[in-house]
Amino acid sequence: MENIQKSTKPFVTFSRRTKKQDQIFTMILFLLAPILLLFVFTYIPVFNMFGYSLNKWDGYSKAKEFIGLQNYIELFTRPELFRVFGVSIYYFVASFIQLALALYFATILSFDVRLKNFFKGVLFFPYLINGVAVGFIFLYFFKPDGVLDLIMVSLGLGDYVQQWLGNRAIINYSLAGVSIWRYMGLNFVMFMGAIQSIPSEIYEASSLDGANRWQQFKHIIFPSIFPIISLSLLLAIRGSLAVFEIPYIMTGGANGSSTFVIQTVDMAFKNQKFGLASAMAVVLLLITLILAGVQNLIFKDKNAGSN
Amino acid sequence: MNAKTLMEKIGLPVFKYLTLILGVLVAVLPLLVIFFGSFKTGTELRTTGPFDLPQNWLNFSNYIQAVDRGNMLLGFFNTTIVLVVSVFGTVMVGSMTAYVLNRFDFKFNKLVMALFLIAALVPGVTTQVATFQVVNALGLFNTQWSAILLYMGTDIISIYIFIQFLDSIPKDLDEAAIVDGASYFTIFTKIILPLLKPAIVTVLIIRGVAIYNDFYTPFLYMPKTSLGTISTALFRFKGPFINQWEIISAGIIIAMIPTLLVFLFLQKYIYNGLVKGSIR
Repeated sequence: MENIQKSTKPFVTFSRRTKKQDQIFTMILFLLAPILLLFVFTYIPVFNMFGYSLNKWDGYSKAKEFIGLQNYIELFTRPELFRVFGVSIYYFVASFIQLALALYFATILSFDVRLKNFFKGVLFFPYLINGVAVGFIFLYFFKPDGVLDLIMVSLGLGDYVQQWLGNRAIINYSLAGVSIWRYMGLNFVMFMGAIQSIPSEIYEASSLDGANRWQQFKHIIFPSIFPIISLSLLLAIRGSLAVFEIPYIMTGGANGSSTFVIQTVDMAFKNQKFGLASAMAVVLLLITLILAGVQNLIFKDKNAGSN
Repeated sequence: MNAKTLMEKIGLPVFKYLTLILGVLVAVLPLLVIFFGSFKTGTELRTTGPFDLPQNWLNFSNYIQAVDRGNMLLGFFNTTIVLVVSVFGTVMVGSMTAYVLNRFDFKFNKLVMALFLIAALVPGVTTQVATFQVVNALGLFNTQWSAILLYMGTDIISIYIFIQFLDSIPKDLDEAAIVDGASYFTIFTKIILPLLKPAIVTVLIIRGVAIYNDFYTPFLYMPKTSLGTISTALFRFKGPFINQWEIISAGIIIAMIPTLLVFLFLQKYIYNGLVKGSIR
């Protein structure tokens, strides 16, 4: 009571008298919106999705028909639904090339190079470009008699010109190539940051010992940034299962370029089979969660080992 | 000089610069031909090679068409609204959550943290089938709130960034303020939030780039033409302009201009921010 009379700021006084109460009040005030958003847009959808996957439902009508595991049985017995996972392999292999290129450029640009910032900027910039723009840029690039064909002809490789997006045997290589072009810059900048955090005395000492660049790479750089390389690799595996934008924008999934996510989205919104689409999403979610679990296991071990 | 040192002195640098130049060519050529094409007339584009310079560098008619018929101004307007509101929301929600989780000592905190961590493992694209139903049931379909709330509600990376940064702010500061009689709310707004400025810049960059470039959220939840963002407005070029690559090229360049400007002026922050944001 005394406090209230003394102070002109009632709020301050309130908090002085009941610190714990103020803390609880602040906690509720601050966490209400985040937790509400978290449940409404992540947990409720995930929970509902399991329910939908056990029903036959068009996504709009009130009537849902409970059919048990029928959607899952359909998913696993129709090979054409599962085959799209094969398309992930192209992106998966591409991510190795992407990481190798990123590692190469990060290594050479961490040492004396003229115009270092120019090279760094240009190699990184594609990562920032809008995905729809990237898709269109490469539709033009791969067009028959387009940019790539012209480059190949002028290099004397005219005989090897292909229908880059028209040939079912080639299309996924082309699209995975676009993916490398788009995402290499991010890995490259991440690796470069990691390499630059290695203390320079280590290089100097190894130079005095007569180590060459390759030996420095093999014995100093690679081991010190190995955690970030394996992390990138795991993220790349998860990414290659969830490929959507580039093939959807460029081909709409035509010509054997459909991915599991494209197929799921089409199944729900084009074919109005929400139950089956949910079952597909559940399968993908479970695979991704298993991979995330593996990731956590590996990195827990790594941390425990290094400490 | 023996062969080995000759190789190291000349061979390696030559190889190094050759690969760098090759890398630059691969990165730039696809963009350069689009840039050239955006200044060419339709006939010119069909009759000249993609590497031929445009006859008239002041031919802006493709840009006018792209803006005019391609709804690109509207796209910028809509993207700006969604981006500003949701990034503001993300900063508030993220910093408040991080403050409670980092500074208060409740048992309940561990559970909240675990909820956010598990949610971070759920890739957004996989649950769209069910998220769509929630958005629809809330009456948010075909409104800008769908994108705004989804961007705010599914972003967990910024909470991490704020928590990491809060770890580096000494707790003595809060405690001194508590002794002076400040409430927790006052401590947050007057002391913590101003100190979080570098983390806020990081979040602004990561979220800004992600939202500006996002395609599937506006594509799925805001199909109405009047709500088109830069991504969806550009995507719709595919229909009417599919044989007019000069106009599509202009559209691509228009969509890239803000990205290029932001990159040129904020390079250092972008490198740092994206590296922080991508390591979970």
